[in-house]
Amino acid sequence: MLSRVTSIIRKARPDTAPAKQADAVFRLSLQILALLIVALIAYFFIQLAIASGPAFAHTGILDFLFKNDWDVAHNIFGAWPLVAGTLITSAIALVIGVPIAVTAALYITELAPPRLREPLAITLDLLAAVPSVVYGLWGVFILIPMLKPAEQWLSQTFAFLPFVGGPVSGPNYFIAGLILAIMIIPIVSAISREVIATVPIQEKEGALALGATRWEMIRLAVLPHSRAGITSASMLGLGRAIGETIAVALVIGSAPTIGDHIFDQGYTLAAVIANEFGEAGPGSLHLSALIAAGLVLFVLTLLVNGIARWVVLRAANRNHATPALQVEP
Amino acid sequence: MSVNVLRTTTARRRRTDQLARWALLAGLILALVPLVLVLLFVIIRGAGALDLHFFTTDPTGAFFGNQGGIKSAILGTVEIVALATAITVPVGIGLAIYTCEVGRQSKLAMAVRYFIDVLTGVPSIVFGLFIYTVLVVSGVFGGFAAWKGSIALALLMLPVVARASEISLMLVPDSLREAALALGVPRWRMIMQVVLPTAFTGLLTGILLAVTRAAGETAPLLFTVLGAQGTTFGLGDQMNSLPLQIFNDVRQPNPELVTRAWGAALTLITIIFIINITARLATRRNRIQ
Repeated sequence: MLSRVTSIIRKARPDTAPAKQADAVFRLSLQILALLIVALIAYFFIQLAIASGPAFAHTGILDFLFKNDWDVAHNIFGAWPLVAGTLITSAIALVIGVPIAVTAALYITELAPPRLREPLAITLDLLAAVPSVVYGLWGVFILIPMLKPAEQWLSQTFAFLPFVGGPVSGPNYFIAGLILAIMIIPIVSAISREVIATVPIQEKEGALALGATRWEMIRLAVLPHSRAGITSASMLGLGRAIGETIAVALVIGSAPTIGDHIFDQGYTLAAVIANEFGEAGPGSLHLSALIAAGLVLFVLTLLVNGIARWVVLRAANRNHATPALQVEP
Repeated sequence: MSVNVLRTTTARRRRTDQLARWALLAGLILALVPLVLVLLFVIIRGAGALDLHFFTTDPTGAFFGNQGGIKSAILGTVEIVALATAITVPVGIGLAIYTCEVGRQSKLAMAVRYFIDVLTGVPSIVFGLFIYTVLVVSGVFGGFAAWKGSIALALLMLPVVARASEISLMLVPDSLREAALALGVPRWRMIMQVVLPTAFTGLLTGILLAVTRAAGETAPLLFTVLGAQGTTFGLGDQMNSLPLQIFNDVRQPNPELVTRAWGAALTLITIIFIINITARLATRRNRIQ
């Protein structure tokens, strides 16, 4: 009897030679996989840099970034109109999208009836599941004609503001920014919800116990705690807006010049790649310039996402002094 | 002296509170309005295009007359995304096992986590450009091909699958691992037969969410599979897909082709929403258990 038990245990013992070997093989193959992926991503970056080499050599990196002249017919590739378009549309997206996303997240986590919280969150997340090309289709045929009168009114009424007055074109920066705002709302909102959920319940209940109203509780306990997280969420949204391609390509107007105001047509880095790719033959300078535009896009998103990570790390490292609960008398 | 809690809340503060509550509710409504508007118009404009002919014929490429349906686009999307999933699932879960079970805090594991984070932020069009320069221009097994599109989509799905898998592996209690090891099970069998099955729902959710993201992507496919009219089951051929079909039809100055785009959009959104909601409900049930 005893010998049977020992034989079973011996069979199953982890340090038998075959089991050890199997474990080593398993571990090694996973390590190789991990190394391959790291190498692949490094190769990714290098390959794009090599392929965009001819364009940078022809134009010079600084001229490529900051020269305001994108003239394919004459092989002139100054991508500033595209960079500017990317920055303008992303800025519009942040200005419109972030307040909506954060207030929606606050409502869902702090004010909505508990039974409605999850359905509301799932519904809002569905916005992120709508494909980019469908937003583009909707933008072209619904949003542009629907908003034209409103844009004209805005443009005329607020003409005294910089970058507002002027003839409204159908596809324009504002429409592109608005669609980008719709696309980043679910992302910013979802991350903000997660951040807000980590606010210690003691602080919220403490605020309420001291007589704070719901809003004062949010302002004094929730927001100070989640400020870094919300900033980081906004940066991730910005990264998404910068790289968004198809929807923007359909509603930006495809004019490789810097528009005079936000209701003017323009272009973005991502949109120019999608639209002009078909005309750029393999090996041409044009193609190399488009790949260079992709590389600039890549680096921009890396920077933005890096900042997002840095904000979170800094907040995590900093000693969280509990914010003083001050309730107005 | 009786203490009245409510008296400490002045009328002004109560008004501010009410105002703030309405403002937050307004934010939520503003966030939901676009979803309603998009769905509404996609259904209104798209439903008219749907009939048997629409799903059973390929686009003919004709501008007038019989323009055909979207059969090749639906099948193409299924094929390209299926191959991308087949590539990305073993790699993504493998990476998650590595970072969570094997490498843990090692330098390589940290590097993998960092690079996965980097991949998350890469615009989808850049994946397309990368595969275009590496596989299409260099002419590996011909030019544009469906499998190259699948690889571009697999790169896009990888961070989603890897991160979701890592999180669900971390949720597996250590007591289960220790119990398996104490029974004398070798580590690899412990992972394959105890940890992975326990984390199954979480893994599945990550995969399904990655699938919905990939199914809707246009930009990476533009440079890799290019597009086609007819149905094909050859993964080495150029292929049609729903997003490509929509992107091409949107830009046609012909209302009938635009209607086909709306119909294709309705089809695509229906597929994506069904998968997406299934995925979310699966984790939700899991969490309650």
